[in-house]
Amino acid sequence: MEPVLEVRDLRKTFPGVKAVDGISFSIEPGICFGLLGPNGAGKTTTIEIIEGILKEDSGTILYKGNNRGKRFKAEAGIQFQSTRLPEYLTVFETLKTFRGLYPGKSDIDWIIEVCRLEEILHRDNRKISGGQKQRLLLAIALTNNPELIILDEPTTGLDPQARRHLWEIVTGIKNSGKTIILTTHYMEEAERLCDKIAIMDYGKIIDIDTPYSLLLKHGQGATIFIRTENPEKYLNTLACQYFIVENGIEFRTDSLNQCVQKLAASGADLAGMTIRTPNLEDVFLKLTGHTLRA
Amino acid sequence: MLKRILIIFINRNREFYRDKSGFGWNILFPFFVIVGFSLIFSQDSRKEYKVGVINSGDIRKEISVQYQEFRKSKFIEFIEFESQESGISRLLHHRIDLLIDPAEGKYWKSSTSPKSFMTEKLLISSSEEIKTGFIPESVNGREIPYIEWLFPGVLAMNMMFSALFGVGYSVVRDRKNGVLKRFSVTPLTPFEFLTAQILSRMFVILLTTGTVYTACILIYGFENRGSYISLLIIFMLGSFSMVSLALIIASRSSSEEFAGGILNLLSWPMMLLSEVWFSMEGARPWVIKFSKLLPLTHITSGIRQVMNDGATLYEIRSQIFVLFIMSVIFLSAGSALFRWQKND
Repeated sequence: MEPVLEVRDLRKTFPGVKAVDGISFSIEPGICFGLLGPNGAGKTTTIEIIEGILKEDSGTILYKGNNRGKRFKAEAGIQFQSTRLPEYLTVFETLKTFRGLYPGKSDIDWIIEVCRLEEILHRDNRKISGGQKQRLLLAIALTNNPELIILDEPTTGLDPQARRHLWEIVTGIKNSGKTIILTTHYMEEAERLCDKIAIMDYGKIIDIDTPYSLLLKHGQGATIFIRTENPEKYLNTLACQYFIVENGIEFRTDSLNQCVQKLAASGADLAGMTIRTPNLEDVFLKLTGHTLRA
Repeated sequence: MLKRILIIFINRNREFYRDKSGFGWNILFPFFVIVGFSLIFSQDSRKEYKVGVINSGDIRKEISVQYQEFRKSKFIEFIEFESQESGISRLLHHRIDLLIDPAEGKYWKSSTSPKSFMTEKLLISSSEEIKTGFIPESVNGREIPYIEWLFPGVLAMNMMFSALFGVGYSVVRDRKNGVLKRFSVTPLTPFEFLTAQILSRMFVILLTTGTVYTACILIYGFENRGSYISLLIIFMLGSFSMVSLALIIASRSSSEEFAGGILNLLSWPMMLLSEVWFSMEGARPWVIKFSKLLPLTHITSGIRQVMNDGATLYEIRSQIFVLFIMSVIFLSAGSALFRWQKND
């Protein structure tokens, strides 16, 4: 199946910084593709090059096998990380404005329903909450009945409830067969929404695969967390891979029994110990050596 | 394409009339100026006489000494004119009281102005040589009160502020806020966006100018001696040139402070040197030459000639031509420089 989007050896440098350093990936139709990485990893730069906002230094980007052009602008739905909207317009007028700029159009009632905008339709777009604004921005990205939807950190800054609300909407859009590119630094968001994930750091893609395969490849074993104010006292007694984290120390091991036995033998206080199986955050930590929100 | 232009045009107009403070200010500001100045100049407070002097050559020898003495007279201000035509135009409207041509040995008085009568008496009583050395001529004009002379200037100035700040400032603000960035990823082209900006602001300017014009005509009884078609054409071309100038300022900057500074840098010299408040007669030649480079000078002069003198389109062809050329230059530069974003 021909990819909706193909990126080959993309590079972008800002003064003193290699923001995007030779990345390549392709996105099949109908999937949600996640670009995962901490702030400054190069996600937004990559996305903005794809959107045509920034010019790449080198590399190729193909939309449906061809260079991006008018067709890409007409068929891509885009939600920026943060943006202001034309002032003195109601939510409904804002939607109609953007919808009118495209040759292809979604049914406006469908957009309103999907993005749950009914209650704020006639409110000034400057007087809506953060969550409502993100829903409106998502709705704007849908006005042209897009084949490809690009969402750049759509839930950043939202409270947990508003975030879950938006996830439900994105899941609904994904189920309607549209292709989505999503950048995020929220692990749960990526695990929940993405079919394929590229892990980015320092402008490079460290690995790219389905969440399940990434966990399978890099997430073997278990993580033991011990709450302690003095993690240094454990360091000389154990052979397990460890990370000092907030409020304690974490151990990564493929041999859980052995590691716990060593901890017990060293006289560690295991009363506050928790054990969990790896998630994408652990995969990221293992691959990059630092946490996603660093 | 037309549909996209129309959408942005409608949005900009909505933004204008829903911004109550901006809308009110655009209507009320020129009105306040007229009301204020009509109160100040309700009685003619000009205490001195004004004599226009045509510089057509060397002063005739037989009156040279006496003429130089006359020029030292107290309470008479002498204003130099490059042509007889411009001097007589001022005399007709009682902007000056007497016009003399010392090279030709002629002077003109206005038969409808008491002050012209008095100034003539001062001239001919200054010496016998002057009395016999000058041939008198009369013109028959109607006084244009200062407030009626000022009115076209205030209309032009309001057009300037509305265009420069209404377009220049708002586009820069939209770039700074990321609104333009959002538009840049839609099929909307810079040409469509800029066209909508120009049309919207011209519509707003014509609407507000028309409102202010009608209100002042009804309240103060100002008269348009020319045709309304001529007036509309100079209004349209004037607003077009000013909006085009604003687009140059708005083409790249994303700093409202910087844009504000540039807008002030442009608008203040125009306000002071484009004959909005006072005539530039008597100013230094380089100042007059500089003022000709300013679009507001030609807008003010065009409107004033139509309204005060009843000039036809043909008679204001030089203003129309200059404004058209300026508009083309400004628009070309603004379009070429335009960027959706700061980092484009």
